[in-house]
Amino acid sequence: MALLQISEPGMSAAPHQHKLAVGIDLGTTNSLVATVRSGLSHVLGDEHGHTLLPSVVHYAENRMIVVGTEAQKKQNSDPHNTIVSVKRFMGRGIKDIDATQLPYHFAEQAGMLQIETRAGIKSPVEVSAEILKVLKARAEQALGGALIGAVITVPAYFDDAQRQATKDAARLAGLNVLRLLNEPTAAAVAYGLDNASEGVYVIYDLGGGTFDVSILQLSKGVFEVLATNGDSALGGDDFDHRIYCWILETAKLSPRNAHDTRLLMSKSREAKEWLTAHAETQISCLMSDGEFVNLTISCEQFTALTANLVQKTISPIRKALRDAGLTIENIDGVVMVGGATRMPQIQQVVAEYFKQTPLTNLDPDKVVALGAAIQANVLAGNKSDDELLLLDVIPLSLGLETFGGLAEKVIHRNSTLPVARAQEFTTYKDGQTAMSIHVVQGERELVSDCRSLARFELRGIPPMVAGAARIRVTFTVDADGLLSVSAREISSNVEAHIAVKPSYGLSEDEITNMLKASFNSAEADKSARMLTEARVSAGAIISAVNAALEADSALINKDQVSAIQDEIQRLAAICATDDTDAIHAGVETLNHATEEFAAVRMNASVSRALAGKALDEIKL
Amino acid sequence: MAITLTHTAANRVETFLANRGKGLGLRLGVKTTGCSGMAYTLEFVDSLNEEDTIFESNGVKIIVDPKSLVYIDGTELDFTKEGLNEGFKFINPNVKDECGCGESFTV
Repeated sequence: MALLQISEPGMSAAPHQHKLAVGIDLGTTNSLVATVRSGLSHVLGDEHGHTLLPSVVHYAENRMIVVGTEAQKKQNSDPHNTIVSVKRFMGRGIKDIDATQLPYHFAEQAGMLQIETRAGIKSPVEVSAEILKVLKARAEQALGGALIGAVITVPAYFDDAQRQATKDAARLAGLNVLRLLNEPTAAAVAYGLDNASEGVYVIYDLGGGTFDVSILQLSKGVFEVLATNGDSALGGDDFDHRIYCWILETAKLSPRNAHDTRLLMSKSREAKEWLTAHAETQISCLMSDGEFVNLTISCEQFTALTANLVQKTISPIRKALRDAGLTIENIDGVVMVGGATRMPQIQQVVAEYFKQTPLTNLDPDKVVALGAAIQANVLAGNKSDDELLLLDVIPLSLGLETFGGLAEKVIHRNSTLPVARAQEFTTYKDGQTAMSIHVVQGERELVSDCRSLARFELRGIPPMVAGAARIRVTFTVDADGLLSVSAREISSNVEAHIAVKPSYGLSEDEITNMLKASFNSAEADKSARMLTEARVSAGAIISAVNAALEADSALINKDQVSAIQDEIQRLAAICATDDTDAIHAGVETLNHATEEFAAVRMNASVSRALAGKALDEIKL
Repeated sequence: MAITLTHTAANRVETFLANRGKGLGLRLGVKTTGCSGMAYTLEFVDSLNEEDTIFESNGVKIIVDPKSLVYIDGTELDFTKEGLNEGFKFINPNVKDECGCGESFTV
């Protein structure tokens, strides 16, 4: 029978109407999916119990798409078709990234960059969708039903285009996005900080390859991101690298080949993880040239080696505090996120800096997903109404271009959604009858430094002297974060408006086409499945007939045996092709060809059973 | 007769209650819905009703209303894993038939 979970009082779901919702941490290095069951948020593992899914997608030669650990293994042998850290490309153009350092063939495209792979040109949205599909399948298997939606986390500094790209990836993966949630906010929720009424929290997130610090202010159930800072090229991997360099230096090794480098790097990582809970560790391994490395590293040595890495995280914190206009005395709590924060020297430095013990009792790899799951559970309606809903805020200010290329902000960042604001503008030339409205997003003063979202024109303004027209521009952002802008000249009531979809080079049509393509591949998937099934059933009948021939070929004459054997070979040959129908037909033919043989065998076994027995001994 | 919890089920319930931070125990019940007549409900309990019957099994309080009790008396609640899925399972001696998925039943 079905397995049940405990609900909140009065919130039991009707059968087949479970409101299954998950939280997804779509990370740069690893991704996770979590859900709330019986009031407890926990991360879902795959069939081997692994919870972390490496965010790596490999487009294999046999047209299969491999995601996770298996894809990671292809990273060295097939780098062009193995996409790692795709999150760094979400909603970005080629000019936004340093393409020379990456092994991919980027395709020129307006807006968001695209990657040329064996399976064709893929946008980061499609690559991310592959990761999400795996997590979705894992969740549906673990929860025993279809999901009604997911909360997906994004870095606090993601702009509209990056957020929209994330949403579109979810749509491609067939997930309904209940909400995008800022990663630091999710971490705070996981620690239940939203249960307090007020507070200022620092989220220290040191992942595999990135460092982010966010300062959140909670007031009246709303988390505002006061400031974010970080270092996009600092993470746990750098700590491994320090140990690696130390090994080379201490063991006086000459530069190594790729195999040895990988071996030493993985030994370094093991050593780092061991030193989290132990005073010292031994590093021993055999190099490919027969040289043997055997070293012991202590916790103190490791701390000394990495002291400046740890220190490098402090300056972004200082900057973030300065941006937020706060000092460490204002901070009510520090939350540690990311696997690298397990290292004791990091916890110690953070504790010393903030003069308080950071929160570390939740698994730092999982805390973001856990928080997202809690939020998803509330949004799916599994909690009673008196539970406060977290509100979303606008991450970056929205405004328009005014004379001289300046950006005038209409909705300021951190305004809670939904929101509507209006501002009046006027003409700057006598007799001006049209006005071009350029909607921009960003915190900078010059339009050229902000991101352009849309342009439209208000026409039909009655000719007046400069400054006499009153043009009211209204910005509206709905609960999903979608912006529409309208402009109206008040005296004449002429109006124009535009719904702004953050664009990053993928149009609505392109997304729809991608969705369609995924439906088309559903058909391909289905035929592949039918082909496999046909082959399996053909294989089964061949081995059954072979076994029968081996046992009872004496019952039929040689010609009959060779006729059957011919049929078997013919079917085996058909199986090597991709023609499902032909395989089915081949199975039929073989069945037919063996009918007589089967009848003879049946008779023989019946006579064997009856042989030498008197009639009354046989139970009929 | 009574309602009981297996050891595993009791341990899980205790964990969930501790994590929730409040709650007197676990309410088992049935409601008339579903493809096969009736469905089980499983909820945390914050307040008791006058007519509730309270059982205790492996240190966990089980609360049942009298209307439900007639359908589930004698039930043992277990916590099991099936593949990746895990959850509570009603072992109810009163059940005659259940729907394909086992989410609803008839007595």
